[in-house]
Amino acid sequence: MKRDLCAIALFGVVLVAVAALSQSGVLLTFVMMSLYAALLSQAWNILGGYGGQLSFGHALFFGVGAYAQALGQLNLGLNPWLVLPGAIALGALVGVAVGGLTFRYGLKGSYFALVTLAFAEVFRILALSASFTGGGVGLMVPLQEGVANMQFGSRRGYIYLLLAFVLLALLVTAWLRHSRFGAYLQAVRDNEDAARAIGVNPLRVKLGGIALSAAFMSVAGAVYVQVFQYIDPGIAFGSAVSVEALVGAIVGGMGTLWGPLLGAVTLHALADLTRNLFGELPGISMVIYGVVLILIVMFMPRGITGGGQSLGRLFKMKERARV
Amino acid sequence: MLDPAILFSSVLNGLTTGAVYALIALGLTLIYGVLHIINFAHGAALMVALYAVYLLKDRLGIDPYAALPLVVAGMFVLGYALQRLVINRASHGKDENILLVTLGLAIVLENLALVWFKSDTRSIDTAYTLSTVEIGPAMIALPKVIAFCGALAVAAVLFWIIRSTDLGRAIRAVAREKQGAKLMGIDVEKVYALSFGIGMACLGAAACFLLPAYYVNPQVGSGFVLVAFTIVVLGGMGSFVGALVGGLLIGVVESIGGLFLGDSLGQMGIFAIFIAVLLFRPQGLFGARG
Repeated sequence: MKRDLCAIALFGVVLVAVAALSQSGVLLTFVMMSLYAALLSQAWNILGGYGGQLSFGHALFFGVGAYAQALGQLNLGLNPWLVLPGAIALGALVGVAVGGLTFRYGLKGSYFALVTLAFAEVFRILALSASFTGGGVGLMVPLQEGVANMQFGSRRGYIYLLLAFVLLALLVTAWLRHSRFGAYLQAVRDNEDAARAIGVNPLRVKLGGIALSAAFMSVAGAVYVQVFQYIDPGIAFGSAVSVEALVGAIVGGMGTLWGPLLGAVTLHALADLTRNLFGELPGISMVIYGVVLILIVMFMPRGITGGGQSLGRLFKMKERARV
Repeated sequence: MLDPAILFSSVLNGLTTGAVYALIALGLTLIYGVLHIINFAHGAALMVALYAVYLLKDRLGIDPYAALPLVVAGMFVLGYALQRLVINRASHGKDENILLVTLGLAIVLENLALVWFKSDTRSIDTAYTLSTVEIGPAMIALPKVIAFCGALAVAAVLFWIIRSTDLGRAIRAVAREKQGAKLMGIDVEKVYALSFGIGMACLGAAACFLLPAYYVNPQVGSGFVLVAFTIVVLGGMGSFVGALVGGLLIGVVESIGGLFLGDSLGQMGIFAIFIAVLLFRPQGLFGARG
């Protein structure tokens, strides 16, 4: 636990230093978008990696957070800092509702993946048809720069905001690794029947997992709205966000502390690189995501961190053999 | 509002769409029944088949119905190769890996199409696109009638293959009891690949029947994929009769839902059924529990 906390603190300090000292707009944008992608993957990792419930529709919670953040400002006229906790709570609540429905009936594996996908699609169609969401046109949050309005003049402000939540997600993940609840969650992932037999309530544990995961996902949605001042049903509930969250976590390594962050940054760098090589071709970055996902599942099923660990162990074994 | 003639024609329209849905779902349910995997790339593969039909017509002037053997064979080879070269190698004996790999395939195929064809929606013009057939008080587009009959014919062929050929027996044996089938000398890996190929071949046929009355764009598959999942879940995973009945039923539900609620909310009816069935009767209407 102590080592994890030190590493998290170090990571935070380094990133604050980078953000404070860097004058390069390109670098700042890269850091900002990487942190955003990392937050998505970290959120997915809580339920998918530690809880073993693979969701293909995590955009559902992202969208709920995004729309709550936009509507709270537009319709209720509230300050974005005040809306944010509400958006997070609403995301978690939707998570518990979806989880309550699906886990109660014992849906898991591919069924769970399917039903989450369907829920996201239902919300997308609802957002398209309802009038208070602005339909297909989407919602525009008026530009009013200022820290009080959570609209920062430079990338730096958003980096600090995102970094705070990424660090929080890291802390929560570290807590999952060392706490009783985290042990329950992993026990349910590894063998639900065995976990139940020793007195763990799988339903309650999974609900806790999905609530946490959904909460972080809705944070990402809310921050998205603050950064881009715009949201529409396709962005909010479409498959792109679900895919980004899932692929980052799997590429980095499901159920690890640093994997989702590493995976998200790697993917983001790859996507940026291809954009520089091929220009702004729509779809090309998603092609990269898909190819990397297939290759990782084929050749490195435990992700980059898992592969690294295996390599490390291999070297250690060789050293020991030499001794 | 509830004019019986309109309702009648809406039901007929739903049945014609439903037959094609059923064909798509038959491919999905075959793959599920034998390999016990949910093929998330099913919709993307349908999109690939639709583009193939489109290109054959647009570049070479081959009529969609004449292209059927070609597209079916092409999709079969594609499915066979995908199972042998990618999906099989990625599984590492874990279902969730297959889930992820087929999702990866879907993402790659869909976005490659986006890169190549842009997001434009394309359709083809044929001499019969606008012809209609009169059935009682209803006027149904000729391509839809052909699609209905064609889809049912392909389904019949599929039933015959599964029921009466050696390949079909091997497929059923592997679906029922993999180890036992292996001990009886059946090459399980080959049956897997053949089943995947046949499942994708169904998509080839569906694409030929769909395109004359439909369109293609890179996202077209995702609309079908959830519908196909709904049908398969509704009919019972791996059940052929279930897929056929479920397909026709969903087609009618969508059509009538669209009549009363408008097109996009009509789709909601499908998702409502989907979620309800998954929650309350995951074994489906025709499936056995377990």
